[in-house]
Amino acid sequence: MKHVLAVIVENKPGALTRVSGLFSRRGFNIENIAVGETMAPGVSRMTITVDGSETVIEQVVKQLHKLINVIKVSNLTNEPSVMRELMLLKVTAEAGNRSDIQQIVETFRGKVVDVAPDSMIIEVTGNDDKLEAIKLLLQHFGIREVARTGKIALLRGSKITIKS
Amino acid sequence: MKEKMAKGSAMILAALEKEGVEIIFGFPGGTVLPLYDQLYDAPIKHLLVRHEQAAVHAADGYARVTGRPGVVFATSGPGATNLVTGIANAYMDSVPLVLITGQVASAFIGTDAFQEADITGITLPITKHNYLVKDIEELPGVLAEAFYIASTGRQGPVLIDIPKDVFDQEAPFIYNQNCDIAGYKPTYEGHAGQISRAVKAIRDAQRPVIFGGGGLIRSGASAALRELAEKARIPIVLSLMGLGAYPGDGELFLGMPGMHGSVTANYALTEADLIIATGVRFDDRVTGKLEFFANNAKIIHIDIDPAEIGKNVTIDVPIVGDVRLVLEELLRKLRPGNTVKWLKQIESWQNEYPLPIGSNNGASTLKPQFVIRELSRLSGGNTIVATDVGQHQMWSAQHFVIREPRAFITSGGLGTMGYGFPAAIGAKLAAPDKKVICITGDGSFQMNIQELATAVYNKIDITIALINNGCLGMVRQWQDIFYEKRYSYTSMAGSPDFVRVAEAYGAKGLRASDEKTATAAITQALTEKGPVLIDFVVDPEENVYPMVAPNRPINEIIIRGDY
Ligand SMILES: Cc1ncc(C[n+]2csc(CCOP(=O)(O)OP(=O)(O)O)c2C)c(N)n1
Repeated sequence: MKHVLAVIVENKPGALTRVSGLFSRRGFNIENIAVGETMAPGVSRMTITVDGSETVIEQVVKQLHKLINVIKVSNLTNEPSVMRELMLLKVTAEAGNRSDIQQIVETFRGKVVDVAPDSMIIEVTGNDDKLEAIKLLLQHFGIREVARTGKIALLRGSKITIKS
Repeated sequence: MKEKMAKGSAMILAALEKEGVEIIFGFPGGTVLPLYDQLYDAPIKHLLVRHEQAAVHAADGYARVTGRPGVVFATSGPGATNLVTGIANAYMDSVPLVLITGQVASAFIGTDAFQEADITGITLPITKHNYLVKDIEELPGVLAEAFYIASTGRQGPVLIDIPKDVFDQEAPFIYNQNCDIAGYKPTYEGHAGQISRAVKAIRDAQRPVIFGGGGLIRSGASAALRELAEKARIPIVLSLMGLGAYPGDGELFLGMPGMHGSVTANYALTEADLIIATGVRFDDRVTGKLEFFANNAKIIHIDIDPAEIGKNVTIDVPIVGDVRLVLEELLRKLRPGNTVKWLKQIESWQNEYPLPIGSNNGASTLKPQFVIRELSRLSGGNTIVATDVGQHQMWSAQHFVIREPRAFITSGGLGTMGYGFPAAIGAKLAAPDKKVICITGDGSFQMNIQELATAVYNKIDITIALINNGCLGMVRQWQDIFYEKRYSYTSMAGSPDFVRVAEAYGAKGLRASDEKTATAAITQALTEKGPVLIDFVVDPEENVYPMVAPNRPINEIIIRGDY
C-alpha cells in the first residue's frame, strides 16, 4: 500500500542525501519525493510517497527518526489531508485539435501555459487519480514530455505537522 | 566579555581535553599537518599506528573497554578511506568513536584535487552522523555535538571532516557540552505500562529465557541482569556481543545461542514460552531461519533503539529505553514465577549435550580448543580477551570463560578479520592493569600484522595467541561441509615464520605444537612483559561445533566433534 509521509528536516548539507540514501540502502520502495522550505528558518519539509506493508512503513518511519537531521516524521496516509501534485505536459497540438484539448483541460481545471505552432504546455494540479485521468485523455493527441513535482500534503483542519 | 579566539586545530585539542580524552589513535598526512603541528607540544597522548584501519580498531577496542568514545585522526583521501572498514565495524557493533579527518582546502573541494575523497559521502551509511565543517564558526558546536551523539543513545561512530584551511582559521571558542539537537532525543526511561506488562508476562511464564546482547554491556546492566535472573530463576543466553554481561561460569548461563551456540541455548530459545530480549538485535546468526525462531514464545524486547524493535521478529512487549534503567524498574515490580520444572529440563539438556572440547583422544596433535581452554584457565580473572574473526573467534566465545562485562572484545556485526590485534592494543591502553590476550588466526593476523611495530615501540604488554591452522579455517569449514571439500583458495601456505616475524619486530616469539609446550608457553607468556607472540601450531582439520547451517531453524543443530 502507498503511504505518504511528511518528513521535517533540518536544512543541513547532505540532509536530503541522508534521507534518500536510507531508502535505497534499506530497500524501501520510494515512489516520489518533494522538498521545500517551511515557515521555520532552516527547516525543510519533505513529502515522501513510499510503497510497502504496515511493518515496512513502521521500519521506514523508525529509520527516518534515527537520522539526526530529521526532526519529525508523520504518516499522513490515514489522516484527513489535502494531497496535491502539479504536472506539466507538453502535448502535440495542431490547429485542428486545439479546441478539443482546451476542453479537456478545462474539465480538469487545468491551464494552458504555453503555445507553440505544433504543441502546447498544460499545467494541471490534483491527486494521483486526476493526473492519471487527464494524462490518459491527452495521450490520444500525443504527449511529448511530462514533468511532475511529486506529491505534497497538509493535514485538513487546524492540526499542523510542525510548529514554527 | 570578549570571547576567547582560537584556531581550528587548537579548538579540537581543547575540545578533546574538555571531553576527558586521554589518547588519540592516528596517522598524519598533508591535510592534517596543522592539526599534527598543534599536537607536537600538546600534553595529550597520541598512538602512531602503521595503518589507519588499525587506528580505528584500536580506538574501538579502547572505547569498548572504557565505555567512552575512542578518538581517531587521519588525513584526507587514502588516509580517510583506510578508516572505512574500521568505521563500518564500529557502526555495526554500536561503538562510540569520534573520527577527525583532514579534507583538501575549502577552495579545492569538488575539483578532484590531490588526495580528495568525499569521506562524508562515503561514510554516510556507516556513521551515526557525520559533518563537513566549512565554516570555522561552526567547529566548536560540531565538536560538542559529535561527542554527544557518539556517546549517547545507541552509541556509534561520528566523523568530522575538516578542510585544511579551516584548521588555521580563527573564531571565538566556547565549548558547550549541553547539546540540544532538535532531531535527536534518545529515550532512556521505559514506558511504565509496557514494564507492567513485562512484569505480568514474567510472573505467568513457565519457560522463560533471558536473551541478552551488547546493550547489556553498553548500559552497564550486568548487576541488574544478574539480580533479575537470580531472583526470578530465569536462565540466560548471551549473544557474542553480550558475553561477559553474566559470568560465563554462572549457574544460570546456558551459553551463546545461534550458529555456533550451545545446544542448550538453542533448545531453550526454541522451547521457551517467554523470551526477555535485552539489548539484542536478533541477528540472523542467532535466529537462524526466522519462521521457526521461538515460535512458542512471547517476546519482551528492551532496547534503546526503537528501530530494532520489530525489525526482524514480531514483539509482544516492546520497551524502548536504556536497558539498565528498564531492568532496574522491572526489578522494583518483579513477581517471580515458578521455573523449577523448566530448569530441570535445561539441566538435562546440559548433561546430554555438553560442549565438544575437541579432545585429541591421546594423540599428539594440538587442538585449538585445548589452547583456548588453557589460556582461560591460566590467565584467571582480570583478563581482557580480544579476538579476530573465524574459527578461533567462535572457539574463544565457547571456551574462554568470560566473567565480566567489557572483557570480551570482538567484531560481531561486521566480522572484520584484522580487528583483533589493534583492538587488543587499544584495550591494553584503556586498562593498563589488566592482562590482555589477543586470540587471532594466521589469516586474520596477517591483515594487521604491521601493528607489531606499534606494539613493540610503545611497549604494549599483551599476549598474542596465534591459532595457526595454516588456513582460513572458517571458510575452509564451510567448503568442507557445504562444498564437497573443494578447498578453493583457503590455504595460507606461504605464511611467514611468525616467531621470527615477531622477533624481527623486536617482540618475543614462542611456538607450541603439543599440549605440554602449549601450557608452558602460555605460562611463560603471561608472566613476561609483552608483546609476546605464541604460534600455536594446531590441527588444521578441526571444525567448530555445534553448528546450525545458515538459514536453518536453530534447533536443527549439527552435534559433532570430540568430547
Ligand atoms: C576482512 C575479511 N575478509 C574476509 C572475511 C571472510 N572470512 C571469515 S572467517 C575467515 C577465515 C579467517 O581465517 P583465520 O584468521 O586464519 O582464522 P580461522 O578461521 O582459521 O580460525 C575469512 C576469510 C572476513 N571475515 N573478513
